[in-house]
Amino acid sequence: MAAPMSGVGNPGVKSSSFNSTSFQKKTRSKLLSIPGTRPSVQNGQLLVSTGVTSLDFLLGGGLAVGAVLLIEEDRYDSYSRMILKYFLAEGVVCQHELFLASAQDSPDDILKELPSPIMDDVAIPKPMEQPRLSSDPQDSLEAMKIAWRYQNLPKVQSTLTSSSRFGHYYDVSKTMEAEIQQAAKCHRFYLPDHPNQTAPTHSPMLESYSALLKSLQEVIQKEGFEVAASSSKSRNILRIGLHSLGSSLWGDDLCCCDNPKHAHALTTFLYGLRALLRSSLAVAVVTVPSHLIQNRALMGRIAKLCDTAIALESFKGSEMETNPLYKDYHGLLHVRQVPHLNCLASQFPDHRDLAFKLKRKQFSIERLHLPPDLSETVSRVSRVELPGAASTASVCGLSTSANKHLDF
Amino acid sequence: MFTELNSILNTSPDKITQGELIVISERRCDASFLIHHFLSFYLRARCKVCFLGLVQSFSHYSAVSQRLGVSLVQAKEKGQLVFLEGLQESIAHLIPHEGKAGSDALNFIRDPTRGLQSLFELVRDSCGGPAAALGPEEEWGAPVLLVDDLSVLLSLGVSVGAVLDFSHYCRATVCSQLQGNVVTLVHCEEEEDDADDEGAEQLLRGLTHQCTLTLQVQGLPTGYCRDIHGQMEVCWTRRQPDGQQRLKKLFQYKVYDKGASFFARGTSSAVL
Repeated sequence: MAAPMSGVGNPGVKSSSFNSTSFQKKTRSKLLSIPGTRPSVQNGQLLVSTGVTSLDFLLGGGLAVGAVLLIEEDRYDSYSRMILKYFLAEGVVCQHELFLASAQDSPDDILKELPSPIMDDVAIPKPMEQPRLSSDPQDSLEAMKIAWRYQNLPKVQSTLTSSSRFGHYYDVSKTMEAEIQQAAKCHRFYLPDHPNQTAPTHSPMLESYSALLKSLQEVIQKEGFEVAASSSKSRNILRIGLHSLGSSLWGDDLCCCDNPKHAHALTTFLYGLRALLRSSLAVAVVTVPSHLIQNRALMGRIAKLCDTAIALESFKGSEMETNPLYKDYHGLLHVRQVPHLNCLASQFPDHRDLAFKLKRKQFSIERLHLPPDLSETVSRVSRVELPGAASTASVCGLSTSANKHLDF
Repeated sequence: MFTELNSILNTSPDKITQGELIVISERRCDASFLIHHFLSFYLRARCKVCFLGLVQSFSHYSAVSQRLGVSLVQAKEKGQLVFLEGLQESIAHLIPHEGKAGSDALNFIRDPTRGLQSLFELVRDSCGGPAAALGPEEEWGAPVLLVDDLSVLLSLGVSVGAVLDFSHYCRATVCSQLQGNVVTLVHCEEEEDDADDEGAEQLLRGLTHQCTLTLQVQGLPTGYCRDIHGQMEVCWTRRQPDGQQRLKKLFQYKVYDKGASFFARGTSSAVL
């Protein structure tokens, strides 16, 4: 199952201390309420935010718990890495646990680069006390002389947004402060730390993938993320980020050869990952350098074994960067696959031609709009080319080509 | 169970044809709604169903079948449904622990060269079951084997020949010997002339040669459309006993929350 509909009893609704009213809806349903998740509108499945609100909207509200998101990397792995960092940063803010695996950069380096969440200006109500009888000297300093109408309004302070909100915004120009990042529990898997244990096996899976799968299972079982685990403590979500699977650093030759020897290593691993996730409260984001994989059919099979699949195509370094049509965007985003878990029909996004732009405070994904063609040179060029046709038209008399460029 | 599909295929839960091998092929799209249809259809027809659910969890099939009006949990308790949950059973093989061996049926995961013999033995034991297995319980109808999906076995490293052998053994046992039906789903990627996906293409060709009915599902050739999810070509490969020569039919379909509707090309409700 991707997400449990009825599970462990409600661990107690966390009431926000800043409620303006005391009315709280009585939830009689047995849905698991974990901070940072919400049930889907379509089929009640538990959803988790990816950290990018426009991507959440595209995927139908968020990532389903128990599902895998595959990101086909762009050429220089810049934007796919950015989305992975958004995903992990969202986990830190929502107080989920993280699991990060990488073969190239140390997980600690990636964690240091997480974007900083944008602080919310939250109003803190002043505690209602008895009216002051004598004015203290401190009060006279705080008493407003000019904007005295605002004297009694609650003070405003910048705090980290409460984790009860779904989807946060991040400032890419700043990195997350160390104390916030270290408050999150993160399990790391750095491939060079796990030397090859050569056990004779006929399994098509490589040792690196086997070690990763084993480490994942240990974390899931020890920390109690299995759905069936009956623990009295409150449940939490495990966010798994797997960076650049299938690249040569994992020992896989998918990206190097046309007919790879280990053609089934990554697919077997993804099957095992799906098996683990379906029975636990975890979400995984996997990035794969698909532009290096020559075999399109194999890439299709890899996408089929993941639930959601998107591909990023950045304009950096290609001729599209200088193309005036694409000047508002950083790249194109293709939605390869949208899952339909626990239901018959999937909710495809309405439009398939999407482009993304990484702004400082937002990663926006929108429908590709071509800018209006306002250049004056268009008609001028065509007029220069016309004289030959115009002269023949007068000779033939019935040629219609001269009428194409009616100029008033 | 989709009533429109039943009328297309000329079947109903009271009157099912026996000894059929039905192959559902999907080309770069998702035809699992047909598997859900056949599952609920055969359960309603009171057949004994053996379901190899290799790609999704049991609760997924159960949730969808609930919407189609059939309860898988009840069917399992009554003994009508034998469900192999591939994902759950495979963990023990993929992450070997000492002392904890998974069920034998999936031991090809550990060593794909061994072939699918144990999987076939599971099928034979659950479908076969002579009267001795039933005992005082109710009599179920003809056995049916449903496989979702056969091409994931190729992704796990099993060779095409082994999968074709497995399907041949299943057909010989279930279709010929026990007069039951077999429904399988095969997923292909690129178009036929591409050399990239040889394995799945070979498998599809081998299965189409043996089958009695194929349902080929693919996306629209003109691209993505919100109101028409794709087209389905129904192809009977054996001549009908009543002499009718209806060999091929083409439909377009749209999948809803609780079913799917099939219509002739150009008659989509969005267009008319």
